[in-house]
Amino acid sequence: MAEHGNGDTGAVVTTGEGESGGYAIDNPGLPPHRPRLADVDEKYAKRSERQVSVLFFISIIGTVLFFIGYFAVGRMDSFDDYFEGMSALRVQNTLLGVGSALAMLGIGLGVVHWAKTLMPDHEVIEDRKPLRTEAHRQEAEQIVTEVIDETQIKRRPLLRNTLIAAALLAPLPALVLFRDLDRSEDFGVERMRHTLWGEGVRLVRDPVGTPIRASDLTIGSAMHVIPETLREIPGHGARLSEKAKSVVLLMRLHPDDFGDQIPGREDWTHEGIIACSKVCTHVGCPVALYERHTHHLLCPCHQSTFDAAENFKVVFGPAGRPLPQLPISVDEEGFLIATSDFTEPVGPTYWERGHTDPEGDYPKS
Amino acid sequence: MKALSQKRRHPFAFVALLLLGLLLTGGLYAAATTVNQAQASNVPDGYSADQVDEGERLFVANCATCHGMNAEGTDAGPSLVGVGAASVEFQVGTGRMPMQMQGPQAQQKPPQFNDEQTTQLAAYVASLGAGPAVPDDEWLDVDQGDPARGGELFRINCAMCHNAAGAGGALTEGKYAPSLHGVEAVHIYTAMTTGPQNMPVFNDANIPPEDKRDIIAFLKTYEQQGSPGGFSLGYLGPVSEGLLIWTLGLALLIGSMVWLTSRSS
Repeated sequence: MAEHGNGDTGAVVTTGEGESGGYAIDNPGLPPHRPRLADVDEKYAKRSERQVSVLFFISIIGTVLFFIGYFAVGRMDSFDDYFEGMSALRVQNTLLGVGSALAMLGIGLGVVHWAKTLMPDHEVIEDRKPLRTEAHRQEAEQIVTEVIDETQIKRRPLLRNTLIAAALLAPLPALVLFRDLDRSEDFGVERMRHTLWGEGVRLVRDPVGTPIRASDLTIGSAMHVIPETLREIPGHGARLSEKAKSVVLLMRLHPDDFGDQIPGREDWTHEGIIACSKVCTHVGCPVALYERHTHHLLCPCHQSTFDAAENFKVVFGPAGRPLPQLPISVDEEGFLIATSDFTEPVGPTYWERGHTDPEGDYPKS
Repeated sequence: MKALSQKRRHPFAFVALLLLGLLLTGGLYAAATTVNQAQASNVPDGYSADQVDEGERLFVANCATCHGMNAEGTDAGPSLVGVGAASVEFQVGTGRMPMQMQGPQAQQKPPQFNDEQTTQLAAYVASLGAGPAVPDDEWLDVDQGDPARGGELFRINCAMCHNAAGAGGALTEGKYAPSLHGVEAVHIYTAMTTGPQNMPVFNDANIPPEDKRDIIAFLKTYEQQGSPGGFSLGYLGPVSEGLLIWTLGLALLIGSMVWLTSRSS
């Protein structure tokens, strides 16, 4: 490490080629060295030290805010009142976001400010040298010692201690967040195979829950439907999970509009009324953008398009399978009912799902 | 007969024949028109026979090119039998009809007919066959509606196409769901009952009139209360918000780079 502290002249040692005028433009050398305020006045150095430690303190406060948000605010479902839960969720999100941002930014900005104001800023040229084992080792040791001296970490224990505290606390949020990835406990993947639909389950309007007569749907109508048994599920969270799997879109097409049908599904419709899962088979977005003249269903996320007239086959986009069709009929009171569960798992592909034939023949499960 | 053959060369014979011919054709035409009027005489509730007649005249002059002389439909336009007065109120009242040009979807534009003419056209179309009627004022009075309930119904039935804030959105092949901001209550209502363009029908059995009023109340409340964040960015969600944060974030990153490489004073 060759230092050129003679910044006043700006002179730089150059090799032979430069001196012999081999370059079109003479090497201007390094600009004159200008000492910083902290270099000449200890008062400014002290101020920088305070600023850096304040930044490290901000990082600590950020980490504390994260934990306040995570544990002290309380989960949304621990509130009886929905709106209280929603506002708690808002406070929680703000604290988690602002907390982690401050925790990371505080350390980053502090370290940079430290390096810029307190650590030496003299210009350095490091020459390439042949490696010699023992001498090189000693030199490396010397460099490390020099760096430690230059950071002044021994002279300024406040900096060292606040940095250690901030760095130790900052990774903790990641540990807490990612512990959910541990799937050693049974995740219950079989839950994804079945929904609340089954033989005789009435189709009811979402969200009011009133049963539907076939005559309630005129041609071109679309209705958003949930299973009648959904209201029997206790608990808001569990009910939402079941609803997410079992949401259904009900449409009535003109009988002439129907195209080729998959064999065996002739009795899955009722007088042109046809029902399908609203969960996209691509990545699970709700497919409910129904165009009544083209009878296409569009998924808003990646533009997968399904044709309701041909058993919801994919006509465009990245989806790999048709939307699962729900077989429907009417009960003796004239209300629409399902005649079975979906014959395949709804939603996107998952590892344990098993293969499906694109022709629509699904594995027995 | 002899007298007639003698008089046929009379100077006034030509005039008399002309008069007779005119009388005959005129009488026949009058009779034919009366028959036509008799056909159109099943006047729908709430409209007068004059309105139906006037509406038919407007229809023949402005709409029949595409929809056919008797609204039976042609290759260029669908039959209007049974679409109801509500369809006319929506399509003509928002300026979508008469259509500017054929395309993926009729565009909204300044209405070509005034309220009176729209009502006359509605009367004529309603006289062709039963269909959804223009709603009573009771169902358009947003003060009686429940915006919170309307919001829930909106998010389940409408938001997937019209956007959670009613800002509209794209569909396939050039079709789109229009923005609902600033749309008159009667047009929101009639759009639900008739399902214009590719919009599905939300009839009264699916969404009863009270619920439709709640949905309209929600949309009007949303318009009035403004954006809680102070900066709606067109209510487009992640697209415009992402663009903004991308621009701001990039500026912030460039700023940090400048700060990192600058010398301390």
